[in-house]
This record gives sequence, C-alpha cells and structure tokens, in this order.
Amino acid sequence: MKVELTVNGKEISADVEDRLLLVHFLRDVADLTATNIGCETTSCGACTVLLDGESVKSCTVLAAQADGGSVTTLEGLAADGQMHAVQEAFHQEHGLQCGFCTPGMVMAIVSLLKENPSPTEAEVRTGLEGNICRCTGYHNIVRAALAAAEAGK
Amino acid sequence: MSILGTRVIRTEDPRLLTAGGVYVDDLREPELAGAVRATFVRATVAHALITGIDKSEALTQPGVVAVLTAADMTDLPAPEPPGGEVPGPDEPPAEGPVPLGGKWAEPLLAVDRVRFVGEPVAIVLTDSTYQGEDAAELVSVDYEVLPAVTTIEGAFAGESLLFPDTGTNVCVRGGRDISDDSIFDGCDVVVEGDIVNQRVACLPMEGRATAAAFSGGKLTVWASTQNAQLARLIFTAIGLPPDAIRVVAPDVGGGFGAKIGVDREQIVVAWAAKHTGRPVRWVETRNENLMAMTQGRAQLHHIKIGGDRDGKIKAYRLDVIQDAGAFPRMSGFLPMLTNLMAPGVYDIPAVQADYKVVVTNTAPIAAYRGAGRPEAAATIERAVDWFAAAAGLDPAEVRKANFIQPDQFPFVTKAGAPYDTGEYEAALEKVLGAADYTSLRDEQRRRREAGDTRQMGLGLASYVEITAADGGAGETAKVEVHDDGTATVYTGSSAHGQGHHTAFAMILQSETGIPMDKIEVIHGDTDLVPDGVGTYASRSLQLGGSAVHKAAIEVKEEAARNAAALFEAAEADVVLDADTGTWHIAGDPDKSLTWAQVAEHADGGLIVANVRFTADRPTFPFGTHLSVVEVDTETGKVTLLRHITADDAGPVLNPILMEGQRHGGIAQGAAQALCEEVLYDVDGNPLTSTLADYAAITAAELPSFELLTSETPTPVNPLGVKGIGEAGTIGSTPAVHNAVIDAVSYLGVRHIDMPLTPERVWTAISEAQKASAK
Repeated sequence: MKVELTVNGKEISADVEDRLLLVHFLRDVADLTATNIGCETTSCGACTVLLDGESVKSCTVLAAQADGGSVTTLEGLAADGQMHAVQEAFHQEHGLQCGFCTPGMVMAIVSLLKENPSPTEAEVRTGLEGNICRCTGYHNIVRAALAAAEAGK
Repeated sequence: MSILGTRVIRTEDPRLLTAGGVYVDDLREPELAGAVRATFVRATVAHALITGIDKSEALTQPGVVAVLTAADMTDLPAPEPPGGEVPGPDEPPAEGPVPLGGKWAEPLLAVDRVRFVGEPVAIVLTDSTYQGEDAAELVSVDYEVLPAVTTIEGAFAGESLLFPDTGTNVCVRGGRDISDDSIFDGCDVVVEGDIVNQRVACLPMEGRATAAAFSGGKLTVWASTQNAQLARLIFTAIGLPPDAIRVVAPDVGGGFGAKIGVDREQIVVAWAAKHTGRPVRWVETRNENLMAMTQGRAQLHHIKIGGDRDGKIKAYRLDVIQDAGAFPRMSGFLPMLTNLMAPGVYDIPAVQADYKVVVTNTAPIAAYRGAGRPEAAATIERAVDWFAAAAGLDPAEVRKANFIQPDQFPFVTKAGAPYDTGEYEAALEKVLGAADYTSLRDEQRRRREAGDTRQMGLGLASYVEITAADGGAGETAKVEVHDDGTATVYTGSSAHGQGHHTAFAMILQSETGIPMDKIEVIHGDTDLVPDGVGTYASRSLQLGGSAVHKAAIEVKEEAARNAAALFEAAEADVVLDADTGTWHIAGDPDKSLTWAQVAEHADGGLIVANVRFTADRPTFPFGTHLSVVEVDTETGKVTLLRHITADDAGPVLNPILMEGQRHGGIAQGAAQALCEEVLYDVDGNPLTSTLADYAAITAAELPSFELLTSETPTPVNPLGVKGIGEAGTIGSTPAVHNAVIDAVSYLGVRHIDMPLTPERVWTAISEAQKASAK
C-alpha cells in the first residue's frame, strides 16, 4: 500500500507492505537510523518518536496508521545547527552513555515537557517509566529533563 | 593546571545526540550493500535429540536465499583439540578453572541435540527481515524430547545428563577443602544458611548484532563487541587466519560483560557470509536476546559464619554452586572469583571456600557487570548482617570491628587475594555521616513503636572487589603527533558508553598540552589497532589509560630531542609547558616551538609511540553503600528512598564519567535486589523472554543517588587508579537487600532471597507472623 508521511518536515511516500512498522519505515525507507529498536513489546521506548506532536513507540505503530501524519525523530530536533534544549541538557548533564536509548529518551522528554513544562523529579521519573536505560541508572537523564525544563522557563 | 580531575563533558555526545549512534543495524557501508538478513531457527524445547530438520517449505518462500544447518558446515576446519583435561565418566570433575572443550564443547549450530530453549539450530538468509521471520517459522525441526534439567538440584541428581559422554552434570570443581569444622571452635555466635544469587539478564539496550562481508579472500565483520581483537581470534573458527579477518566494533549499545568476544551466532553469520558469498547482517530481537544471550549470576551459596559476642568474626565458610547454564562458557572462572573475594573487607582469621559448576538446560551463564565478585559481596554482607543480628549488635559496629585496617596493606586475605590499598572504615564513616545514620535509626525506631504500615529499613554494604585481574595482559596504545599539531590515540581498549574518547584525550592533553579538540581517539578496528585486549573487568582506565599515559611520555621524549635540535640546545635544557603545549629552553620563555613545529622536524613529520602497558597485579576498589528503604508491611511493596555511597577507585580522572559509571552500576545492582530475575518453568521454557515479562528496572523505581568522594590511590599503575565500572553494582545489591530485611526483621523475618518482590516480602512477613503466633 502507498503511505505518505512528513518526516522531519520532508514529505516521503512509498509503497510498503501493509504490516510495515513505522520504525522500519523511518529506518529503512526514510533512511533515518537514529531511532533504535530495543524490544518488540512497547516496553523499552528506544523507538519513541513524535507523531503529530505526540510521543509514540514506533515499533508498535504501523506505517499505514501514520499515513498522512507528521513524524519528528531525533534527527529533526536540532534547528539551525543548534541542539534542542533537551539535547543540550543531555550533553551538559551526562545524560547518555552508550547512546542507544538516547534518541527515544530525548523524544520522550521533549513530549513530557510539552505536556508538563515544570515537572517535579517524581513526575519526570513516572513519565519515563516506559523508557529503559541500562547505562545511566536514570540519574542524569532525570537531571537533564529537569535542566531542560529550567532552561525552557 | 592539569585537566585531570575536572568535569569535562563528553566529546562523544554531540554526534549521538543529533544524528544517533551508528550501531551494526545502522551501518550503510558499501561492502554491505545488498546484505541479506539472517534469522535463526531456535530450539523450542529445553532438552531434546534432533531427529530431523526439514527446510523444504522454508526454501520455497519469497526472498529466501539459503537455509543452513550444522550439516552444511562442511567447509569448517576440524575443531581445536580440548584445551584442558576433560574427565571421563568415572573420574571426578575437573579441578577448575580450566578451559573446557571436547565433550563439553558448544557447537556453532546444534548438531544432534539441543540443550536450552533458544539454542540456534539453523540460519535463514533472506532479502528482508520480515521474510526471514516468515521463513524461519517454516523450518521444521523434529525433536525427541528428553527430561530437562532446570535446577541445581536437578543437575546434581544426574537423572538426565546434558553431555552423556561425560557421565555427569558437574563440569568443574575447585577451591579448597571446606570440611574442617574446627575453625568454628570457640565461636560464641555461629550462623549458617543458604543464600541464592539469582539469574539475571545482562540486557544491553542493543542486543547482539553482526554484519559480515567476504570478498577477495578477506572477511570483514562488524560486531557489537567489547573487544574487536579478541573477536578476530574467535572468528578464525571459520577457517581463516587472523590476518584475513578485519573486525570493526562500530558504536556498541552497551555490553555489561555479555559482549566480551562474540557468541556462536555471530560466528555463524561470518561463516554464512563466506559460505554464500553474500554480505549478511544479523540483529537479534529482544526475545532472542532474553533467551540466548549469556546471562549472569546464578549461584547458590551455603555459608557459615562465627565469632565472638563482641562482634569479632573468627571464621567464615563459603560453598558455591554455579549454574553454568547449558554450556560451561567460563568454566570455573566466575565462582573462582567468588571464592577469591569471599571474606570481602574483613580481616577474618579462618576462611574456607570452594565451588562446583553444574550444567542445566538454561541459557549459558557468563560475565555480567561484576562477574563473580557481586556474588561474593552479596553473601558476605548478608552473612555479616546475620551475624550482627545473632550477636545483638548494630551492623555498622560489626563492620567496624572487623575491617582490614589501613596500616595492614598490602594485605593478603585468607582466601588468597592480594589487596593493594584500602580505607574501608573511612568510607563507612563518610556514608554514615552523610546519611545521618543515627537519626535514621531513630526514625526507624519511631515507626516501629508507632506500628506504621510503612516501615523503614537501613542496609549497609562495605565491599571490596578485584579489577583488571588480568593486568599482565595489559593494554595497547599508540599515540601519533602530526605536523599540523593534531594527535591521534589508537587504543586497544573498547568503548561502549564509558567515555574512553573523552578520558583518553584528557590524559594526552594533560601530558602534552595538545588540546583535546585536536586529539582524535580511535578504537575497535583491527586494521587500525591490530593488537589490543578490550573492555571488561573494569580495566579500561587503569590499563588502557595507563598505556596512553606511557605513550604520551614516549612521544614527549622524542619531541624533546627534536626540539633540542631545533633550538640547537642540550636536550636536558628543553622543557614542555603542558598548559600551552609549547616547547621552550629552560629560563628563556621567549623562544618557543609548537608541537606542529617539533613534529615537522621528525621523520615523515610524525612522532609516534607504540606501547603496551602491563600491571604486575590487580587493583581492589572498595567502598560503602547505605540504602534506605520503606516497606509497606501490608502489601510487601519496597520503595527505595535513598542510596548513599562512597566508592573509592583512586584519583578521579573525570568526575562526570566516574559518577555515570556509579549511577549505572547502582541501578543494576538495585535491580537485582528488587525486581529482576530470569525464570524458567519446570520444562525449561523461559518465562521472562520479553521486556513485558522481564522486570527491568525503570526510573520510577529508583531515587537520585547520593555520591560521596573518596580517593585512595594504588601504587599498581602510574595514574594511581582502580576500576569503577562494576563497583556500583557490587555495593548496591547487598545494601538494598540488607535494607529490606532490616525493615521487616523486627517482625521475625531473618532472610528473603532476591529479588525482593512485593509477593516475596509479603509472604515472608506473613510466615513470620504465623510462626510468632504459634
């Protein structure tokens, strides 16, 4: 079937299998490989992207379901060579180590801060329950989210 | 001022944060154009004979390039002869640790028998991933099911043998005789019991992944590995010499020990590329990862501890049974380390420790963050709490009464470990002070007296561990200074999140004054770094960093000769200003030469030093963790309120990186204490093979951690540093564990095995209440 998506502001259309997952559309059709696959059960959040502004786990959304929609991935976050506040906060606060969960974490926090621009630590922690990181113990990810919120004030 | 010890944010980050890393699945190398996807057909039963494999239907499916089994591996060299003594059926198990092969060997693909659910049986090559999943479903494997051995008790019973030719499920044993009970003579307080150190998943966020291309007689393999050079040696199993193999470790999404070297699937992928002539890529699913990647821990301990009423411990015995899973990958190595570290931070006059290793129809066990040492710390720290409770003493006081004192170092324990340096009591005092231990005990007492449903528990763990145990193998470094003033560091160490690029550039800048932004760090490509050891055992900074330090000194020596020639001065009069990276004549700061000018004068415009740093002994980082938990006595739910640590690994090169290692370690250790466990049913079917089932710890279950500074140098290397990669995990598991038991001990609970899930805690409370009601 034919699917048309706007990815990071660029229109991409392709004939794809009905069962093609959004994450594979992004990685294999759009050739945007920042979005990683960490599980197949919507548990780890490595594949989190924004679909029409809302965070979704792209491993459990069909490309067909996203047809006509607008997707933002990690690659689409920086503007004019400047990192987004969440990216910058991850850098300053050492919020990443191996980097594999990072694209999903960053997108999840972008979405979280959009819904709640001044979260408490507990709200950040609850908000990130669906994103697993194995390197950082979440400590600096939480700090990065709070720092990005502070910077956005 | 030296850059060392300062908070330098990582140079690795901008790329990872804006474009994402380039992991194996992201590679768009021209050699991989048109690569076929590999999908493994895996055993669906835990223990069975293979009576037939029918691939005919799979072969008719769209996109299928090949379906290959062990029977197709006719172009492999004969297997290496067994590396160690393999006992016959009537002989006792081997004294370990010895390399195991021969009768215990792990085939690349299952030949006539499968030994765990998830064992690879066949490889399917297809044009696309989805086609591979479809076709793999259609490969029909006939099994004659055998009784599965899923527990240590079942392994000892020996009614079903995984390797019938050996006549036993006990593959290795070692340690010392533990039968002499007289070491407990004269002890007023003696406590004995079993402690389970449960099986957990290593769970790097990127699972195993490999891509391979064979062309012109040369194999190139991109592998998610902790050590490209070791991986290259392993890939020779497909019948190529090392110099015909290039291994590249691109970005690696975490390892935690499970990516030391490469696994059988990765060798099969490399073989398939050579066998078919097509480039092949394999990226495992999480389901495969949780079934077939090596797992960690899986030890059963029986302990006995004895001492005086005043808290002095006089004797300790540790009997370790290691469940190796289906293939004894690491032989007796893990429980040997557990034996070695048995008495922990304590000066115990009599220590006995031994181990046995058994095979079961479960995923193989190998290294996981700590690898043998967390198990030792978890048990001695529980045992000390048992002893303190039996003696009626505070656990902090018992620890203080038994610590090895600073003036006793170097100290060889009764288990044979040669500890280098330590300030064990100072680390404990720091933590007690920062936590305000006395006030916390008061709060605990208040809640107990008030009969609160939310009880507080305090758990201590004072640990010591061994890092860079194989310091003799050392690590390599090559430093090049170019005539444009830039420098390149080639390291045999391997980064997968630790921050090597930042840390090693800091070392070179500190020594030479060449600024970090002019330094490139290269690792993980055997064409560029043919010789190297890699990353495990918390060895990267102390061996890899010391190698960079050594190479930096050598390039300075050559540079000094060049500068002297250019200044027409004596070499002894030439000095380097390491703050500015300029060369001068002593006492004449007006005349100066840059690194670029000095390098220009060298042969080929390049100053090079190529070194290997070795250490003559390991290092022993240490520290204390204090965990504060709340336990809901009505539901058994545990909340980790605070976790306060002093982790001492010598002088800190970059506090940001060191803290990051500790944070991650603490979380993984707490996860073992609280929630994570790999489970099988009685037939050996995995019950935790997705992340919907395996209870990986999340941000919502953890607090922010409170880290204290403690820096005791080691004389073992020029940087004075020890490893910090695993310490957090080693300290946090017993601290959290002890805290939970401490919270409910007043109800009569003496012990609960990990993980301390609400169900287990609630059950223990209920049983204790029933027992006290009698």
